[in-house]
Amino acid sequence: MDFNLFIKRHIGSNSFEQIEMLKDLGYQDIDSFIIDVIPKDLISKSKTLETPALQEHQALDKLKKMANKNKLFKNFIGLGFYDTITPSVIKRNVLENPGWYTAYTPYQAEISQGRLEALLNFQQMIIDLTGFNLANASLLDEATSAAEAMAMAYRINNDTNNRFFVDENTFPQTIEVVKTRAKYLDIEIHIGNINTLMSQTENNKYFGIFIQNPNLFGELCDYSHLINNIKQNSPKCTIIMACDILSLVLFKSPKTMGADIAIGSTQRFGIPLGFGGPSAAYIATSDTNKRLMPGRIIGVSQDSKGKKALRMALQTREQHIRREKATSNICTAQALLANMAGFYAIYHGKNGLTAIAKNIHQLAIILQQSLIKANIKLVNKNLIFDTIVCELENISDINRKLEEFSYLVGIHNNKLFISLGETTTIEDIANIIQVITNKKPSPNDLITNIALKNILISYSNLFRIDDILTHPVFNSHHSETQMMRYLKYLENKDFSLVHGMIPLGSCTMKLNAASELEGLSWKHFANIHPFAPKYTVSGYLELINALKEQLKEITGFDDVSMQPNSGAQGEYAGLLAIRQYQKSINEEHRNICLIPKSAHGTNPATAQMMGLEVVVVQCDNNGNVDLVDIQNKAAQYKDNLCCLMITYPSTHGVFEKDIKQICADIHKNGGQVYMDGANLNALVGLVKPAELGADVSHINLHKTFAIPHGGGGPGMGPIGVKKHLIPFLPKHILYSDPDNNYSGTSVSSAPFSSASILLISYMYITMLGKIGLKQATEIAILHANYIAHKLKPYYSILYTGQNYKVAHECIIDLRPIKIETGVTEVDIAKRLMDYGFHAPTMSFPVAGTLMIEPTESEDKKEIDRFIQAMISIYQELQNIKSGKFDQTNNPLKNSPHTLADLMNWNYPYSPEVGSFPNEHLKQNKIFPTVNRIDDVFGDRNFICNCFDFNN
Amino acid sequence: MQHSNIKFSESHEWVKLENDNTALVGISHHAQELLGDIVYIELPRIEQNIVANDTVGVVESVKAASDLYSPVSGEVIAINDSAINDPSIINNHPEDKGWLFKIKLDDITELDNLLTTNEYKKSIGE
Repeated sequence: MDFNLFIKRHIGSNSFEQIEMLKDLGYQDIDSFIIDVIPKDLISKSKTLETPALQEHQALDKLKKMANKNKLFKNFIGLGFYDTITPSVIKRNVLENPGWYTAYTPYQAEISQGRLEALLNFQQMIIDLTGFNLANASLLDEATSAAEAMAMAYRINNDTNNRFFVDENTFPQTIEVVKTRAKYLDIEIHIGNINTLMSQTENNKYFGIFIQNPNLFGELCDYSHLINNIKQNSPKCTIIMACDILSLVLFKSPKTMGADIAIGSTQRFGIPLGFGGPSAAYIATSDTNKRLMPGRIIGVSQDSKGKKALRMALQTREQHIRREKATSNICTAQALLANMAGFYAIYHGKNGLTAIAKNIHQLAIILQQSLIKANIKLVNKNLIFDTIVCELENISDINRKLEEFSYLVGIHNNKLFISLGETTTIEDIANIIQVITNKKPSPNDLITNIALKNILISYSNLFRIDDILTHPVFNSHHSETQMMRYLKYLENKDFSLVHGMIPLGSCTMKLNAASELEGLSWKHFANIHPFAPKYTVSGYLELINALKEQLKEITGFDDVSMQPNSGAQGEYAGLLAIRQYQKSINEEHRNICLIPKSAHGTNPATAQMMGLEVVVVQCDNNGNVDLVDIQNKAAQYKDNLCCLMITYPSTHGVFEKDIKQICADIHKNGGQVYMDGANLNALVGLVKPAELGADVSHINLHKTFAIPHGGGGPGMGPIGVKKHLIPFLPKHILYSDPDNNYSGTSVSSAPFSSASILLISYMYITMLGKIGLKQATEIAILHANYIAHKLKPYYSILYTGQNYKVAHECIIDLRPIKIETGVTEVDIAKRLMDYGFHAPTMSFPVAGTLMIEPTESEDKKEIDRFIQAMISIYQELQNIKSGKFDQTNNPLKNSPHTLADLMNWNYPYSPEVGSFPNEHLKQNKIFPTVNRIDDVFGDRNFICNCFDFNN
Repeated sequence: MQHSNIKFSESHEWVKLENDNTALVGISHHAQELLGDIVYIELPRIEQNIVANDTVGVVESVKAASDLYSPVSGEVIAINDSAINDPSIINNHPEDKGWLFKIKLDDITELDNLLTTNEYKKSIGE
């Protein structure tokens, strides 16, 4: 009964095609091939996942049973996470649409103009709401954006002092993550009451001050006066304000109050709670700080024809270029969720958002005033946005009664927190009042009894008077027809997995199967608050534990933490565990981090964030880590060696045979081994990182375990650790975990960060099972070697391992071509768009190369189509060499060609040569919507909003 | 172009002795070629005292960022505002109009440790 197994859906090539490819490579069967690729002593002998694979419908049934164990409530818990309504038009056309969720980060901007426009809209929305003139295209969550803002403030004021003040009335999870980040940047955190900071001498003590508004207790305040006072005394002190995005629709912006940086979450703009995530955080500041900003920024530039075109701007700030000098290690952010939040604002417009915010605000005032009248002791008697906090004698009793009404409220420090959301009604308010006061008011009485108008006068100084969301994009798509068409218009500009292969080396753009994603839309997963009581979330806990066990078996580690919210954050949490472990054995002084030259930029960027000094290890001519160099350096720094960060198989796409020796050398010299899991797709079911000698490793669920890339996030980077590091896995201040005794400091807002998307990886593993997982790895390796083999007569394959084999990806060296023809890797990448492909990874890990990773999910036809395109490009290169094509005015240099070009063709070759260079394209053609984008123009004339280009 | 009074560092900066112990500093033609179109520069402050081989700034293109080292010690007395406003000057005229900062030399003999034009050319394989 294996005819309907998922494995046959997931793996693109069928068994006949696989045999053909093996034959081409000179092998009879997959086993003899794999033995030649992977060094024998690395192959694991221990068991992996004994449970058999489930068919898709069986796995969905199993998942549904777990989902149903989560209890649905209306959520009033708040603390940064609120009930919101995802407009169905956004849910169906974006969240559930592979055209949006399977796209990659928009590095190839000419085929990414749709989501770049959507992200620019997000930036404009943040710019409008915060009042600043610079925003980025999202961060991971509110707590990490607070930490990023602190680090940015430290960069702004690096010559003053190292003290940072955090108002005590900030969400506890935010304070925890800020504390974690501060420790290894040598920042001293002072936590206190912002209102006692008024005394002038105090101010000079801090390089930055963090305030949350409305604060933990829901109090809304105009901080203009206080900030003015602080600035008078210490003009350089950077004021960071965390603001509720919905409150900003009504109230004064942080910029107006005098703050320098604003941060927060955009979850309540239509993003399901998902037990903590994913959702997008924002950061905004003044243009003058642009080079110190973390994360991706979308900027406006022009294409080669002078037409407006978007792309990622100022990338030299980022880890992939600046490495240990980067502004942050962040790469994957929350693009899909940022886009959804932006669309929510576009769909509702200013008036719609204002109505939503006002409704919440007024219901909150009605609740507050009713409770005051009933002599209930409130913590916040003054101005509030959406949250009421009560001090009650019989708190657990009240809580229980509220739960009978299907309401979940927050209980924190023995106080009852009630935060209203978009779903709250006046009936809910009446019910809550009834439970707390024992008297049920009629909803009508509530509205008439409270003199709302009079009360709102007391807010008059706080309401914003400046206009927001004035750009036409926020005022044109309020009917569902218009919205649907706008979403499709944007989607049609972008290349995603729905069009063809995205052979990005190191990114593992495999199938994101429909069955894996279906559960995300179920309300029993979508509408669960991250701080809901445990007994209401047993389905989620079961899911998380099941995935944990699966990942433990796959990697060989003793425990796994789901808290890291991205690969880069996994690195961070991993190094944290190492440093906290070393402290526990009195070796906190160890501060040297060895990193091979070929490493991902995140590695050195993360090491820097952890206060480590990066020492680069050289690679030999075959692309392997230079064994002698690493042994020498490990020995040289043995007294201070903290760790090695190494990727396996290497970033060069090769199984290095000496990996066990390398790990042993590091251990011998007192260091720990951090294994970057970016290339885990070449190991699953065959090799276990823990058995290679790694102490800790992150697992990119959005690469190896099928979470879609979302056009630049979400992702998740759980870490697996060996026994000695378990106690140092991150805990969470609002989630007690009696089963585990973790003592490590937190890295995320939510205990399991983007918990809802864990179900994707769980489904992936459950449906593939032991055999499928192994086979997926083998076929990924087969596909890569097949491509390398077929391209070898035309392009030079830069690095190979034993028996001249590559791992799951291969690098082709284009530097000789540049010398011969002047054509660069960029030209070839852009030319591939004309052939209907997304380019492979450019210039990583070696400049002037392309790194190709086909994954197991592509079929042989698609792979052959890619190979044919590359061979056809090779012929074009010959035409340049022979003089048949002009040196500069040729299809490669002019690529990509647009539909508009066809209308006004002025190239010295035919439209057929330019736009339809093979037969397949006449059937299935995707036109880039802009010509080659001028990155230089955009970085020299930086614009990150929707308005300024035409000026 | 030939400058008899120009010296180079191995990290691709040049120093041109003006008069009275002052010198202009910039990046070499070869360096600007390696970086590609320069979009942004960060220079030391006027009156900043710098020591030879210190990192004193950054030169960035779209895809690369390179630290700027001072080949000599002294006090910065001027910076090239036109290069800050329009970094393409550095690409187009790296060794004259695209100078980066002017320095009052602490010790003129430091120039002796630097490479001559021919030595530099040799070091970059020209």
